[in-house]
Amino acid sequence: MGLALAKLAQWTAAGHGAGTLEITPLNEAILKEIITFVESFIYKYPQEAKFVFVEPLEWNTSLAPSEFESGYVVSETTVKSEEVDKNGQPLLFLSVPQIKIRSFGQLSRLLFIAKTAKLKEAQACVEANRDPIVKILGSDYNTMKEDSIALNILDKITRDDDPEREIKKKIAMLLKQLDQHLLNHSLKHISLEISLNPMTVKKDIELLKRFSGKGDQTVLESIEYTSDYEFSNGCRAPPWRQIHGEMCYVLVKPHDGETLCVTCSAGGVFLNGGKTDDEEDINYERKGSIYKDLVTFLREKSPQFLENMSKQGISFNEEQQKEKDPLSEAPKKDEAAAFHKDISGSDKRSLEKNQINFGRNQMTKRLEPSLNWKTTVNYKQSKGSVKEIQEDKHTGKLEKTRLSVSLGRAQLRRKSAEKIEEIISDSSSESEEDEEPPDHRQEANADLPSEYWQIQKLVKYLKGGNQTATVIALCSMRDFNLAQETCQLAIRDVGGLEVLINLLETDEVKCKIGSLKILKEISHNPQIRRNIVDLGGLPIMVNILDSPHKSLKCLAAETIANVAKFTRARRVVRQYGGITKLVALLDCAHDSTEPAQLSLYEARDVEVARCGALALWSCSKSHANKEAMRKAGGFPLLAQLLKTPHENMLIPVVGTLQECASEENYRAAIKAGRIIESLVKNLSSQNEQLQEHCAMAIYQCAEDEETRDLVRLHGGLKPLASLLNKTDNKERLAAVTGAIWKCSISKENVTKFREYKAIETLVGLLTDQPEEVLVNVVGALGECCQELENRVIIRKCGGIQPLVNLLVGINQALLVNVTKVVGACAVEPESMMIIDRLDGVRLLWSLLKNPHPDVKASAAWALCPCIENAKDAGEMVRSFVGGLELIVNLLKSDNKEVLASVCAAITNIAKDRENLAVITDHGVVPLLSKLANTNNNKLRHHLAEAISRCCMWGRNRVAFGEHKAVAPLVRYLKSSDTNVHRATAQALYQLSEDADNCITMHENGAVKLLLDMVGSPDQDLQEAAAGCISNIRRLALATEKARYT
Amino acid sequence: MGGARLLPWSRRGQPGSQSAAGRAVVMATPSVRAAHALVDGDLTPLPQPQGSRASREGLGSRAPRDPRRGPIPWAPGMNRKKLQKLTDTLTKNCKHFNKFEVNCLIRLFYNLVGGVERQGLIIGLDRNAFRNILHVTFGMTDDMIMDRVFRAFDKDNDGCVNVSEWVHGLSLFLRGSLEEKMKYCFEVFDLNGDGFISKEEMFHMLKNSLLKQPTEEDPDEGIKDLVEITLKKMDHDHDGKLSFADYELAVRKETLLLEAFGPCLPDPKSQMEFEAQVFKDPNEFNDM
Repeated sequence: MGLALAKLAQWTAAGHGAGTLEITPLNEAILKEIITFVESFIYKYPQEAKFVFVEPLEWNTSLAPSEFESGYVVSETTVKSEEVDKNGQPLLFLSVPQIKIRSFGQLSRLLFIAKTAKLKEAQACVEANRDPIVKILGSDYNTMKEDSIALNILDKITRDDDPEREIKKKIAMLLKQLDQHLLNHSLKHISLEISLNPMTVKKDIELLKRFSGKGDQTVLESIEYTSDYEFSNGCRAPPWRQIHGEMCYVLVKPHDGETLCVTCSAGGVFLNGGKTDDEEDINYERKGSIYKDLVTFLREKSPQFLENMSKQGISFNEEQQKEKDPLSEAPKKDEAAAFHKDISGSDKRSLEKNQINFGRNQMTKRLEPSLNWKTTVNYKQSKGSVKEIQEDKHTGKLEKTRLSVSLGRAQLRRKSAEKIEEIISDSSSESEEDEEPPDHRQEANADLPSEYWQIQKLVKYLKGGNQTATVIALCSMRDFNLAQETCQLAIRDVGGLEVLINLLETDEVKCKIGSLKILKEISHNPQIRRNIVDLGGLPIMVNILDSPHKSLKCLAAETIANVAKFTRARRVVRQYGGITKLVALLDCAHDSTEPAQLSLYEARDVEVARCGALALWSCSKSHANKEAMRKAGGFPLLAQLLKTPHENMLIPVVGTLQECASEENYRAAIKAGRIIESLVKNLSSQNEQLQEHCAMAIYQCAEDEETRDLVRLHGGLKPLASLLNKTDNKERLAAVTGAIWKCSISKENVTKFREYKAIETLVGLLTDQPEEVLVNVVGALGECCQELENRVIIRKCGGIQPLVNLLVGINQALLVNVTKVVGACAVEPESMMIIDRLDGVRLLWSLLKNPHPDVKASAAWALCPCIENAKDAGEMVRSFVGGLELIVNLLKSDNKEVLASVCAAITNIAKDRENLAVITDHGVVPLLSKLANTNNNKLRHHLAEAISRCCMWGRNRVAFGEHKAVAPLVRYLKSSDTNVHRATAQALYQLSEDADNCITMHENGAVKLLLDMVGSPDQDLQEAAAGCISNIRRLALATEKARYT
Repeated sequence: MGGARLLPWSRRGQPGSQSAAGRAVVMATPSVRAAHALVDGDLTPLPQPQGSRASREGLGSRAPRDPRRGPIPWAPGMNRKKLQKLTDTLTKNCKHFNKFEVNCLIRLFYNLVGGVERQGLIIGLDRNAFRNILHVTFGMTDDMIMDRVFRAFDKDNDGCVNVSEWVHGLSLFLRGSLEEKMKYCFEVFDLNGDGFISKEEMFHMLKNSLLKQPTEEDPDEGIKDLVEITLKKMDHDHDGKLSFADYELAVRKETLLLEAFGPCLPDPKSQMEFEAQVFKDPNEFNDM
């Protein structure tokens, strides 16, 4: 009920505040339905009728107390029901004029009492209680929220412990049903209602204009729009009025009366308040009843119009005839002829401008718009088939629009306005997947190329010809440039796709071959791909994969390879068992019993396998398909094919493997199946594409250490390093640098790369490369930089400058990698000087503001060595305005890596006493203390270090104790990580300078743990642990001494 | 897909080895009706040129049998030695069949004609019998094309296909190389044998290939247009007719054009069925 009321009822104001319901047929219908529901409630559901509402429904009634009879305690100004709730409160309470009702039973009775005023009462009730369900069932059941109300309600109720649960549930269900009913009902109502649209209105007005003017014969004296500006959707009303469905305002001067100011809205035509005094604005309030169209309105308002209209009737009829049959003879009256021209002219214009209107007209056609002129409709029908297709398209859209009718009229208006805009900007609304491009049909009136008509003719022969004619037509079609979009779309637009796909279902091998040859070509077009899937072409092609004819299998597989470039298509292939069949195609290759002579139309097994691999390559971009492929036994077959010498076979095979290598299963299989060896071998092939895919596969697999070693053992590093020098093919370069990056995670590989001078080359690639390459290059350098020797090489090759330059980028992956390299370089003092000179630290610091946590963390890590190695680090840090505050505030992050890195940075910052003072002022102590309860060892390590550093200032030691950081720190000693132990022991040693902290430590059993640490081989740890124990012990001694003296 | 499903000749949904009647439905043309009559003739005696001989030998006149209906019985009236000799000679001159296959085909032939030649009488498959085989076994439907195929088989032009023509013809029909098939097809399509396929010949062969549109003013317009399309595609020297060179070039570019003017070779499916049936394991019928 709530939904229907909120969405459907036509409120006077824009739907806010205390609006009142307009008296419209729709509202009336809704109210009547509600009344019927409430009236019958007491009989149908006597149990539920006794249920007491959470809050009473209140409104101002027009009923007098005297109208209440038995069952009520009536006084002069009040009425109480005899029926009371558990607390003795009456369920109905009237105190003129306000009435409060708390049960359905009482509501029912009230409606009986109200008799003729039922509608009025119901309206008042609904107006005053905008969300009745909340009042009836409680605020938990707010139905104003659009989605899944039913679920919401039921869910709430099942969790409720209310003893009245059952009843409540029942009522909720009933209300839900009513809501549904109302929605359905009003939907019916809306579809019956006259719905005007800008086109029909415009035509009415234009037509009337032609028959207006001075003199007695004309129907009107004048008819004018109030505004000359027409919006792109054909409306002239200001947008904020369009929301209410209003399209335009017209000033009509009939022969026999005052000028009328008329509103034309989607709901009908009515008289509005007229022009306001300032001559600019219109009083939009409705002043009269609604008519279904302008002509009906004027008939009612002006007798003269009615009279003249009937006189003009003949020419109107002729007009109508003419439109119906464009071939008929020219009409007798010149005026009418000119008029006709005008109409069709304007039709054409608006058709070009705004095709959606035609779609909409089709709807209104059924609703019999205005003067019964079916001009547009007939005009359109007499057009060629091309347009019909387009119209179909739009009707399709229209159906969607019609669905949304149920969502309410106001919304409908807005929606269709949006739709119109969409059409105008020539982007279709169906974009189920982002990878699918927008579908744009050719403009109907655009000059069609001659190919279009030729193709249309050929498709006609395809449809109406026998095998022979079909084959000729197919062969002839292939002579067109099928790679050209015009031809591709022409085939589709004349209905060729349907025929081509249908041909695939016949028994004729030749026709199937011919059809597939065309489909294979045109499916390079993304739109065609989608159309093929929509037409159900994929299952048929998948079936053809079983055919005994190899050439058919090949073509089908190749076409599938083209079509399966988007997710939905890949899913269809899988669902129809295509993956298994494609995998089976791979099996042909080592079937040695191949006839010496190939029979007609046949292909070689190798070719079949190649096509199979091509299709699998396309399909392998979906996770589920990779899995299906593995289950179908695809991997061993691919591995087998990898050993063939044919390059054109290897590309799809390696391509598939490379796609699949994103799966752990496949990576393991690749490692175990001696695939790396083949990949490495093919790196040295002459084919760039093959090299690229091999490198890509290595990139995917080399996350695994053993695989990295395998690449080295099979001599893959050298070809990789040498491919670095070929920078013309960017895709390949990206793949190669990626492979180098992942391979250089192993130290041995880095040594090899250094031998091959790869690091110098990588530094050279830091400039003028696309981001995909840069990410990998910098990533590789980051791995190489872990060794001092390589850092020196980078510096000597002048790599620092381009690296620092990259710090201003926005690519997140790149920033993560760059900060890592810069950080690694900063370890070396000489490099640090260069970074400092280039203002690299400031850039790093700015990256702490980057929204992405990985970048933040990476930047903070990189800052540590910078602060450590920079000359005059303290001064430098202080020079960053707001920098310290920024980094302290990062301690509020919830990302563990960010926290750990920031703690590390703070440790370094705090080495400078002045800075320590500043960060203390920024509240570093409570923030650090808050983090103390963590299980993450990395964070514990850096946190403990930061705490121990921060103890060096003022009364921070005491503050840490006050913020309860000490007890958790003691627990760190139980961790298994010695780094944590050392850092913690040092922190505890610092904290134990304060007596209260010593007590806390002692209470938490620190002494025993620390005693163990004293025996550690780590000297720093020993020292810190011992120092801490000694502080605790000293305190104990002092206490004893104090007690005895 | 709607209307496209109504392709006039679509065979989808019909069983693979359907009855000839079922197949004949594929084209509602006069030729089909003729073929229909032929098939129906299965039950009634066909006009036999050597009818007197048949009755003299005590053999009931019989229609050519569909070889797919069962293993081929021993050639009636043929002794083993003679068959052996004939097989050997024919095998020598045959590129694509081995001895066994030739043997099978010879026996099939004599089964189809219903006896061996005697007293110098030439026996063989006459036009009707041959056309019936083409129709029933190889699924051909076009009257004219079947006639042309018969002529291509009947090398000596004596009105019937004898055993040697039968084996040779089938050798090309079933196993021919692309070159051989091109020559053969060109011969079939060159109706008047002048070495060119003229526009008129094309028109003649294609005239039934389009569904008649009642709305069209000139019902032949589509055919004429189709001829033009074909010429544009295949006539490389632009002389308005197809020479063998034109045809060969076009077919080498696009094999589908081999049977450009009508199916005159068995479709792969019926070919496979035929071969499977005829070249059966010898043991199966040696003991007959």
